[in-house]
Amino acid sequence: MDAPHYNLGIVRSFIHWSILWGVVAILVGILISFQLVNPDLNFPPYLTYGRLRPLHTNAGIFGWAIGSFFALYLYMVQRLCRRPLWSDGLARFQLYLFNFTIIVAAVTLLLGFTQSKEYHELEWPVDLLVVVLWVVFSVNILMTIFKRKEQQMYVSLWFMAASLIGVAVLYLVNSAAVPVSLFKSYSAYAGTNDANVQWWYGHNAVAMVLTAPPLAVFYYFLPKSTGVPIFSHRLSIVAFWSLIFMYLWTGAHHLLWTPVPDWVQTLAMAFSIMLIAPSWGSVVNGYLSMNGQWHQMRENYLVKFLILGITFYGLQTLQGPLQAVRSFSAFIHYTEWVPGHVHMGALGWVSLVLFAAFYYLAPRIYNRELYSIPLANLHFWLVLIGQLIYSVSLWIAGVQQAGMWHAISPDGSLTYSFMESLVEMYPYYWARAFSGLIYLAGVAIFVYNLAMTARRGKPLMPAAA
Amino acid sequence: MSSPAWENKPVLFLLLATAAILVGTIVTMVLPFAWVNTEADRIEGVTPYNPLELAGRDVYIREGCNNCHTQTVRPLVAEVLRYGEYSRSGEFVHDRPHLWGSRRTGPDLARIGGKYPDAWHYQHMAVPTSIVPRSNMPAYAFLSDRGIDPEYTRRKMDVLRFPYEVEQIAGLRGKTEMDAIVAYMQKLGRDLPVQRTAQPVTPPAIAENPFRNDAAAVAEGGALYAQHCAGCHGASLEGGIGPALSPSGFDEDMLFEVIYGGLPEGGMPAYASLGSARVWKMVNFILAPRGI
Ligand code: HEC
Ligand code: HEC
Ligand code: HEM
Ligand code: HEM
Repeated sequence: MDAPHYNLGIVRSFIHWSILWGVVAILVGILISFQLVNPDLNFPPYLTYGRLRPLHTNAGIFGWAIGSFFALYLYMVQRLCRRPLWSDGLARFQLYLFNFTIIVAAVTLLLGFTQSKEYHELEWPVDLLVVVLWVVFSVNILMTIFKRKEQQMYVSLWFMAASLIGVAVLYLVNSAAVPVSLFKSYSAYAGTNDANVQWWYGHNAVAMVLTAPPLAVFYYFLPKSTGVPIFSHRLSIVAFWSLIFMYLWTGAHHLLWTPVPDWVQTLAMAFSIMLIAPSWGSVVNGYLSMNGQWHQMRENYLVKFLILGITFYGLQTLQGPLQAVRSFSAFIHYTEWVPGHVHMGALGWVSLVLFAAFYYLAPRIYNRELYSIPLANLHFWLVLIGQLIYSVSLWIAGVQQAGMWHAISPDGSLTYSFMESLVEMYPYYWARAFSGLIYLAGVAIFVYNLAMTARRGKPLMPAAA
Repeated sequence: MSSPAWENKPVLFLLLATAAILVGTIVTMVLPFAWVNTEADRIEGVTPYNPLELAGRDVYIREGCNNCHTQTVRPLVAEVLRYGEYSRSGEFVHDRPHLWGSRRTGPDLARIGGKYPDAWHYQHMAVPTSIVPRSNMPAYAFLSDRGIDPEYTRRKMDVLRFPYEVEQIAGLRGKTEMDAIVAYMQKLGRDLPVQRTAQPVTPPAIAENPFRNDAAAVAEGGALYAQHCAGCHGASLEGGIGPALSPSGFDEDMLFEVIYGGLPEGGMPAYASLGSARVWKMVNFILAPRGI
């Protein structure tokens, strides 16, 4: 064995925990979906929609997405630097701190301790835990990079390192607040400023958590799964630098038509449209890497997850810029359309790529062959169908809702009352709740498959690792 | 292929990446501070929250009402018709954090103050479906069992540097979180000199009752009444938050005027946004028992 002694144990632990939090996120997502059709499913004070929705988004983004990226960064950094982690002890500490933080986050959110800012709800003591967690993580990754054995840094390392800095800057600036008590603080910014800072943060949380890290994963695991390198290194370079440069200009596309200064909105709109280029740079690079390999879509379930994932990323980055156009925003902002957009990204792009990476790693972390490829295929189809029903039904819902909100009768009065539009949404809410159940079934099969791999998979020959 | 220097030099890479991130940040996030919440934004009459309203605002934050409700009206025709005058920056100078929200599962609340009488809010907050049968808003009856801590509220007022009188703090004793959230609802949008809703600007398109002796219109009026009025005036006009509506008390023009323009002082909302045709249908429905 000439390979360095990689720490796979910590990767395995992070994978297990992130999947657990992912399941929690989905279960809560399903619960709040049903609450929207039947308010009797609210159990005040702790289990009402207003408190559970942030728990859902936090479990999804921090527990499932970031937890998974912890696992995959810790794996990729070792392989790409050809050396073990800088500190195993720090990584282990990070695992405990991560789970502790998620649990504290869940409990405090249910108790109603919240700053109310989307994706930054956690109150200041929990904020501090997150900061420590991020520093511990960043130090370990960066030190491993500094002491690497492979001279050149591969694309994935760029996306990883950029996201470490990006999240740090965003989180620190947006968390500025004055505490009143242990679990209550007031924002350091007021009104329109607060909104602008918040959506500079909010949109770039999308960039630095739901775009850059899954791209790092994609750039690493696609070539690993197909056995062919990424099509163009030069394209990767251009796509990377223009992506991280442009993203930061676009936050105000969440605030079109609000009191935020017009020029900020216009810049956000322009840069959002320009963002199509760097986003599609990666999509095209992915597709072209499949030249001569498309037959793998049939033969290799990993490729299926990855290529569908990047396809949803491509759709997401066309739909996003469209939503950032003032006239379109006037129509769909605040409607059901937006959760449709969000979940194509969360369930399609991010989660599909994560599933692929975890399947790829399963034999490596358990030293066994995957228990069942047919089950992996079934998993694929269930989550794909679940996600499509989710997004498509809500896009239709959003267009109908927007149409009703804006409809004006010939006599100049509003054609529909708010309640008339809400009642029309209920069938779509039902569809969404059931799509969640389908998605959950897919994920249950995934978990079963991994558990069976760990316990019953065929042991690997020693050389195969 | 020779690779660029930054691909081999992590420190250089990190510096470049940080610089790339900071450009857009400085222009679109830092610079606007020079424009926003300045003298140019100021609106006469916008005042900070009083202690009870602030306590209510914190209940709003704690319960995550912002997950279903927005608090900004955009300058779009239908939106101004539905919710009232569009929002301006100066209205929010005291809001830490802002509560604009991103989803409208429920209606916008930026101008809810004064739209309904207090009694409506107490009943609606406790059991929303008792007024709006198909609402999916959670019931918040438990807020009536929870008191407000005057000392803690005073500390909050101090942190935010909001002015208050000692009596206002003392007055919080015995108040519940329900009192607070209702006070907060009634404050929203109330500071503006403009009308809550822009609607009465448009004079009625139909000034004469067009539906006399029209049974279909009466039926439609009944459906409209059930949707918009029954919550306050009772399913069979028997009264509740609003008075009983007996068909004998009105002439049709007066009735039209009350419904179309509302009685803002008395807690009767204006229904001009429904359009005059629908208001006339309701007039005919209310008057139907006495035969027209
Ligand atoms: C699940 C989403 C949801 C949550 C959470 C929610 N609401 Fe609502 N709310 C609605 C819907 C839907 C309506 C419209 C139907 C109705 O009047 O009940 C509404 C209506 C209202 C109205 C009347 C608006 C109008 O113009 O008629 C007020 C006031 C209100 N909500 C306040 C609150 C407050 C305060 C909270 C938090 C304690 C809250 N809501 C939480 C969904 C929600
Ligand atoms: C938020 C509760 C509320 C709703 C909803 C409401 N009303 Fe009223 N209404 C009131 C109140 C309160 C008064 C008494 C106002 C006053 O005396 O100044 C009133 C007064 C009236 C009056 C005058 C009664 C009188 O004896 O002078 C009429 C007529 C009326 N409402 C009709 C309607 C109709 C029709 C609708 C539906 C389109 C409606 N109201 C919806 C609360 C409401
Ligand atoms: C498959 C099961 C899921 C279901 C049924 C579900 C359901 C929901 C519901 C009902 C909402 C509220 C929508 C609204 O405001 O009207 C929501 C919001 C959200 N969910 Fe999910 N969800 C699921 C999975 C996930 C996952 C895995 C993630 C993260 C990776 C996620 C991220 C989010 C985000 C970010 C929002 C906020 C959207 C916005 O502000 O528009 N969800 N979800
Ligand atoms: C070029 C890329 C993208 C652009 C320009 C973009 C644009 C937008 C816009 C304009 C909105 C606001 C919609 C509204 O409320 O009216 C939005 C919402 C959102 N987008 Fe995207 N999007 C992009 C890619 C992505 C990706 C890849 C994800 C990954 C999951 C994502 C996740 C989200 C989320 C979570 C929200 C909801 C925010 C909220 O209101 O709470 N977006 N996006």
